[in-house]
Amino acid sequence: MQPILPSPSRERDGAPILEVRDLRVEFPTRRGTLRALDGVSFSIMPGEVLGVVGESGAGKSMTGAAIIGLLEPPGRIAGGQILLHGRRIDNLRYEAMRKIRGKEIGAIFQDPLTTLNPLYTVGDQLVETMLTHLPIGAAEARKRAIGWLEMVGIPAAAQRVDSYPHEFSGGMRQRVVIALALCAEPRMVVADEPTTALDVSIQAQIIALLKTLAREKGMAMMLVTHDMGVIAETADRVAVMYAGRIAEIGPVRSVVKAPRHPYSEGLMASIPPLDRKVDHLAQIEGAMPRLSAIPPGCAFNPRCPHVFDRCRVERPELLETTATRAACWLYDPASAKQAPEALRHG
Amino acid sequence: MAEEPMPRAPGTALPHAPGATAMLVADELARHFDVSRPLLQRLLAGEGKRILRAVDGVSFEIPKGTTLSLVGESGCGKSTVARLVVGLYPPTRGRVLFDGQDLHQARAAAAQRRRMQMIFQDPYASLNPRWRVRDIVAEPIRAFGLIPDQAAQRARVAELLTQVGLSPLDGEKYPHEFSGGQRQRISIARALSSNPEFLVCDEPTSALDVSVQAQILNLMKDLQARLGLTYLFISHNLAVVRQVSDRIGVMYLGRLVELAEAETLFTAPRHPYTRALMEAIPDLEMTGRQRIPVGGEVPSPISPPSGCPFHPRCPLADARCKAEMPKLLPLKGQAGTIAACHAVEEGRDPPPTPAGTAQRIGTTETAL
Repeated sequence: MQPILPSPSRERDGAPILEVRDLRVEFPTRRGTLRALDGVSFSIMPGEVLGVVGESGAGKSMTGAAIIGLLEPPGRIAGGQILLHGRRIDNLRYEAMRKIRGKEIGAIFQDPLTTLNPLYTVGDQLVETMLTHLPIGAAEARKRAIGWLEMVGIPAAAQRVDSYPHEFSGGMRQRVVIALALCAEPRMVVADEPTTALDVSIQAQIIALLKTLAREKGMAMMLVTHDMGVIAETADRVAVMYAGRIAEIGPVRSVVKAPRHPYSEGLMASIPPLDRKVDHLAQIEGAMPRLSAIPPGCAFNPRCPHVFDRCRVERPELLETTATRAACWLYDPASAKQAPEALRHG
Repeated sequence: MAEEPMPRAPGTALPHAPGATAMLVADELARHFDVSRPLLQRLLAGEGKRILRAVDGVSFEIPKGTTLSLVGESGCGKSTVARLVVGLYPPTRGRVLFDGQDLHQARAAAAQRRRMQMIFQDPYASLNPRWRVRDIVAEPIRAFGLIPDQAAQRARVAELLTQVGLSPLDGEKYPHEFSGGQRQRISIARALSSNPEFLVCDEPTSALDVSVQAQILNLMKDLQARLGLTYLFISHNLAVVRQVSDRIGVMYLGRLVELAEAETLFTAPRHPYTRALMEAIPDLEMTGRQRIPVGGEVPSPISPPSGCPFHPRCPLADARCKAEMPKLLPLKGQAGTIAACHAVEEGRDPPPTPAGTAQRIGTTETAL
């Protein structure tokens, strides 16, 4: 089909498509305000896939929701900025944000059945999205709809375009959702657990598809998932989240193979290996704290094997390590005296 | 009771050892569901009955003290097997022998029934939110009248909670006060409370985060070693299955396609579907290898393809595969493995390669 997007232009390379600065999301409750995200900062370059991992409740989906402006009330952005192409979008009104969503930021969610409207054919949904956001006519939109279905690998797209969502299998539906998210040619895509509801053989197909599209179209993608395997295969950089903050961020290879933050280290070690049997899996004792009971200092300190005094009182910001940035006092030269010498790998 | 010496070091007693007694035998087990539309609509539309063959002739045995895992994608019938094995569904065909006794007779006797328990996938749905944890854990004890004395019952509940890594004081709380992993510990404590010998675990860690999953898997392995439990473990996660199993059965569309020793299955997978599954798992090695994802999707079990149900997706399929259903046959030169594949039987398949090690080049990452 015709190239829909301009090929990723070199001159953009210097400027990130998405920039999140010191993002804070709060939930006012009767018992006080809960801070679901606190000081989250990162950026995504054109053609780059940023993986966001963490356990349930770490704030990874919340970050995605904040970016696409779909935080569930009473949750609200209480601080920080979200910039798309250098323009603030966190303070836009609902209507203004609605124009950006779909057009400039595409969203792919976990469950394809709830994303698609069961009462319209997939073609109608694609056409409607394109007519809303692109300066094209109905005939052209339909032609493109078929093109998109072909591009995401739906066989006999010209016939399937008039099928309803329930006539597709789970894997095919997720392909439709991807087409729907991309058809208005956004430069930024937020994919929240796009393969979690799928079987492993289908998952591999979808991952390959997303990866190819991101590279080819020069899109920036934020890929939220709890599956480290998916991240390792797809992402360029990874942010590991814990209790509403980024614990570590860096190139995927470094974070997966040589994590610096004790939490990422524990997280990677607890993944059951596929290529050998181990007698005892590494495990992180305890569980992530609830938002209402985040400990002072570093939120990970009660579970951390390397904890020392400073961790219990002072909250670490992201610090440079050899390969990544980690929010851990082990990497602060100033805590050198306190931290046991052997532990400072930074 | 918990401090007994290990009856069996994990992974030592091999299932097919002669004389090993089977805790559970599934014999040509089948379960069909009638998914027809209502009679009137069927008559108006002039269509026949529609039968979903969720499980269609599955046989295996689980020797005492070992773990058999069933893996496969959604709709392959693995959870239906779990339910057949504990008697939640009656089989359409075939039978289950529990400790040598037909399951229907075994379930009729409470003394037998208490010997098998089940752990479910979703600890948010499988615990009654209105009961205190101590009542949840004590339910099987009360149902089977195992410990009439109240004080002794409380002591037993406290012991069970300790055994799964919770505090006896947690008995006073309600399920909502616990995280997912802790809830799954409560499910395990409840399952253990009737002193079962056989546990059916249906995706016990699928709803859990990975670090919590490690805790639960370790706990289950410890308990097996300490109490000599026999497990039927159902999962879609091959990496998890490798960590817990002695033997593994791979299911596709209601049938076993391959059954092998756990290590053999991973070092020398034979059935094309097993290979495709292993190939599809995203791994952490980041070799940059181009995975060739298996094409197509799992066909509907209502109208399975002719011949071998995997043939439309199989790279090795030929005319025989389209026409003739392959039988599970022991492999020559690979003791303990049975596979249902014409290509494997005829020796048309490429030599086996271990899972997760394909083209493991570029080990430089370890130097980072």
